[in-house]
Order: sequence, then structure tokens, then C-alpha cells
Amino acid sequence: MLALWIILGILGVLLIAFIVIYNGLVRLRNQVKNAWAQIDVQLKRRYDLIPNLMETVKGYMKHERETMEAVTNARNLAQKLSGGSVGARSKAETELSSALGRLLAVVENYPDLKANQNFLALQEELTSTENKISFSRQFYNDSVLRLNNQTQMFPSNIVAGMTGFRAEEFFEVTVTAEREAPKVSFA
Amino acid sequence: MWEQIRSNQVRSLVLTVVMGVLLVLVGYFLGLAFADNGVVGLVIALVIWAIMSLIGYFQGDSILLAMSRAKKITRDDHPRLYNIVEEMKIASGLPKMPDIYIIDDPALNAFATGRDPNKASVAITSGLLQKLNRDELQGVIGHEISHIKNRDVLLMAMASVMLGTIVILAWYGSRVMIFGGAGRSRRSSSGGGQGQIIILIAALALMILAPIFAYLIYYAISRKREYLADASSALYTRYPEGLASALEKLGASTGQLKTANQATAPMYIINPFRKKGRAATDLSSTHPPISERIRILRSMAGGVSLSDYEQAYSKVHRGGGSIIPASALAMSAAEYEAISPEKRAKEPDKLTRTRETSDLMWKMSDYKTVDCQCGTRLRIPPKYKEPEIRCPHCGRINRL
Repeated sequence: MLALWIILGILGVLLIAFIVIYNGLVRLRNQVKNAWAQIDVQLKRRYDLIPNLMETVKGYMKHERETMEAVTNARNLAQKLSGGSVGARSKAETELSSALGRLLAVVENYPDLKANQNFLALQEELTSTENKISFSRQFYNDSVLRLNNQTQMFPSNIVAGMTGFRAEEFFEVTVTAEREAPKVSFA
Repeated sequence: MWEQIRSNQVRSLVLTVVMGVLLVLVGYFLGLAFADNGVVGLVIALVIWAIMSLIGYFQGDSILLAMSRAKKITRDDHPRLYNIVEEMKIASGLPKMPDIYIIDDPALNAFATGRDPNKASVAITSGLLQKLNRDELQGVIGHEISHIKNRDVLLMAMASVMLGTIVILAWYGSRVMIFGGAGRSRRSSSGGGQGQIIILIAALALMILAPIFAYLIYYAISRKREYLADASSALYTRYPEGLASALEKLGASTGQLKTANQATAPMYIINPFRKKGRAATDLSSTHPPISERIRILRSMAGGVSLSDYEQAYSKVHRGGGSIIPASALAMSAAEYEAISPEKRAKEPDKLTRTRETSDLMWKMSDYKTVDCQCGTRLRIPPKYKEPEIRCPHCGRINRL
């Protein structure tokens, strides 16, 4: 009789542990999903801002056709890949970030443009969107790390294996150029 | 980071429980001294506390915002501020965008309020909006958002309600005992004798000491949360120098906030009543000294994670003390890199900021703005009902 109670007790404890771990995993996965949606919102916002920026900049920047085209192309490519995998996307988006960075660096040569109210507002929106992308990426990666840890570490890996939780992919900065500070030459 | 919040909550909860014990003791001894029945006093104390807590829980944020005469702003009123708050909301993973309030005061300060992350507000003074650049503002907002994220706001609100109850009970209790209780105790001494007098003396001592202890506990909780909020802000912004330089400006300013009081002081980013030249380890302060907070942030040596803050903290304290629990440090293993200065956002200069802020303040007081052709900007008060106005500078008639 006693043995039966002990077995029941152990089973009960195991069941509770299972429920707690499972719920934790679900919470983490939802957080990852939510964080990804956040990145998505900001990336879409950037796609919307770029045509406006090009429209404003066009009249001022006569000699920067290449830089401007690079931004437009990078934007179109990124938008086309926006349904794809995390890895392909993060590459395209980093490309777009660096193209935009180059364009905004060139703006320094156009004092008229820098004084344009419309441009200033757009610039604030763009830099803020860039910030939001990088902050949401950080939060996403943080959440992914925690989820991956849970799916790989004992004992939660058992629960994860039984209920089909997988490790997720990081959203990484793949282009090294973005990490370097821009070089300024006074030639 | 989630672990650290929990374990810090445990630490703060212990302090709050000690405060609760104080409250119970005060109630019990008051009951004993006046009604010869401790339980009656205890129940009365708890009822008062419960009512005040309920008010504090449901109305605390609106009371605080109304008391500081803060006005809510929208995205269009100040896009940059709105963006900064949204950036920090994203970085911290807050579920909902907090409301943004402006306090029309040249003093430099900010606070956060709201009982949970779904119903939160941040308020900053117009002085802050004008004096700080984008990075500095981001550091300050990061600090405030982490108060919301770490549930400090709720904890401090509940702690201050408890403190308030203890102070009120002790104040009335001691007055009644000194001026009214003497006669009653003489009457009862014929029957009760020695025991009654001892209880009275103990009660009186408690009435005097309890509020002092309660204040010290309250301040201790508050100081702990400030370090944690600084560390989190550095992590969220990934740029500790922003907050450090903001604190430098805040510390150098001398204006005291008009609408703050002792109870609301811990809500602000710096103590609104601070005096110059305070000792480094002052027990009666809601905030750690600003100079120390700046030193820690600047000693983070390029790192931005919580463990970098922890190391910087022990460096400044000569190897002593720990501010962030080990479980939290183990959790934040993800790689955080600082944002290089070249990548920081471009922003308007000080003059533009001043104009922006004053435009915002006029607008918030319902003033209309008309730009005359001569370049003069006319501010028209809300009470002015005429269809047109004459420019005092060039004499043109402007239609409204």
C-alpha cells in the first residue's frame, strides 16, 4: 500500500515538473515569435520610409546616382526575400542597412538638404527605425538564446524532445563592414 | 535578466515584509495601549493599510501624474521623444508602449509610474527634454523603462503606502499617548500595575522608532533598485556613456522640482531634494550618490552587459559588494556589443531643442501659433477670440 502511494507521489511530482517545464517552453517560444514580429514591423516600416526618402533626396543629390540606386535595389531585394528564411533575410537586411548608412553619410556634402525640414523629419524616422531594428534584433536573439538553452539543457530537453520544440535561428549581422566605423577621408 | 528581476524582487520583498512586521507591531501596541487589546489595534492598522493600498494600486499613477502636473503628449507633439521611448520599449521587450508625459518645469528629472508593464507611463520635465541630447535622453528613458520592467514602480508604490500608514499611525498614536493617554494609564494602574506602564513605555518607544526604521528600509529598497535600473539602462541602450553624461548634467543642475515630495521622491531618476556634498553611503537617501553612479557607468570599459556593470560596481567599491545576483549574470550570456559613436543618431543642436521644447510647452497650454510674414512668431492665448490679430512688430493684420 505504501509503495503504491510512493509511486503515485513520484508520478505526481514528475507530472507537475513536466507541466511547469512545458509551460515555460511555450512562453519562451511565444516570446521568440513575438520578438520576430517586432523585427518584422520595423523592417516593413523601413521599406515604407525609403521611397519617401528617395523622393526628398532626388532633387538635391544629382551626382550620387550609384549610392541611391544601391539603396533602392537593396530595399527591393530585401522586400522580395521578406517571406524567406531568417538567415537569408538577415543578410539582405544588413545589406540594406549599410547601403542606407552610405547614403546618409554622403548627405553631409549637401548643406541645403541637411536644412530641409522634410528631410530632417525623415532622417529622425530612419535612424530611429534603424535603432528599433537593432534593439528588436537584440531582444529576439536574447529570446532565441534562452529558448535554445532550454531545448538543449537537462531536464527540459526531454520535455522539449517529447513535445517537438526545436532550436531557433539567430538573426545575425553577417556583413562585417557594418561593424566597422566608416572611414573619413579629406581628399 | 528575468532571473535577476525575480531574485531582486525576493530581496526587496524581504525588506517589505520587515516593514509589514513593523506595521503590525505598531498596530498591536497601539491597541494594547488604548483598548487593552492588541488584536483590535492590529485589525485597525491592517484595514487602514488595505484601503490605502487599494487606492494606491488603482489610482496611484493618476494621483502621482496629477500631483506633478504632468501632461500627456502624442507622437506628433514630439516625434523624437516618442521614438526614443519606443526604442527602449522594444529593447526591454515591454509588451505595450507606455504613455509619455511632460512636466512643465526647468528642473532636470524624470519618473516612471504604472502598476504593471501593460499600464505604464514615463514622465520627464521640459528642462530635461531641452538640455539632454538624444543619447542622454535615451539613457534616462532606458532607466525609467527598466523601473517599469523590473516592477520597481509597483513595489515602491506599495512600500510607500506601507510607510505612509506606519508614519500616520505612529504620529497620531504618539500624540494621543503623550497628551491624552496619561490620565487613562493612571486610572488603570490601580488594577493593572507594573505591566501596563511597561507596555506604555514600549509602545511609546515603538511609535518613535518605527517610522525611522520604516524610512530607512524604504530608502534601502529604493537605492537597490536604482543601481539595477542603471545597469539595465546600459544594457538596453548598449551605450552606458549616454546615461553617465545625462547624470552628469542632472547632477550639475541645481533646480529642485517644485511638484515633488518625500513620498514621490524614489520614483524620480535622481533625488529631487538632493543637497550638494552628501556622504557616499548615506542611509537617509532615496538614491545612491550621482557621482558614484557615473563612476560605475564609466568604469564599464566598453562592455554593456549586466556582468560588466557588476564588475564596474565592485571596482568602484574596491572589490566589495555585489549588486546583481549570480543567477542573473549567468543568464545574460548573450553577446552584447556597444554601439559605436559613429553609428549614433544625428540630432538637432541645443538651440533647435530649446525651440522645439518651448513650442511644445506653448502648444500644451493651448496657445495658437501664427507666423507673421515679417518673421515674427505670434503666440495667441486660448482666451483670445478675435478673428484676426495685428503683428506688434510690423503692423500687418494676420488672420487666425
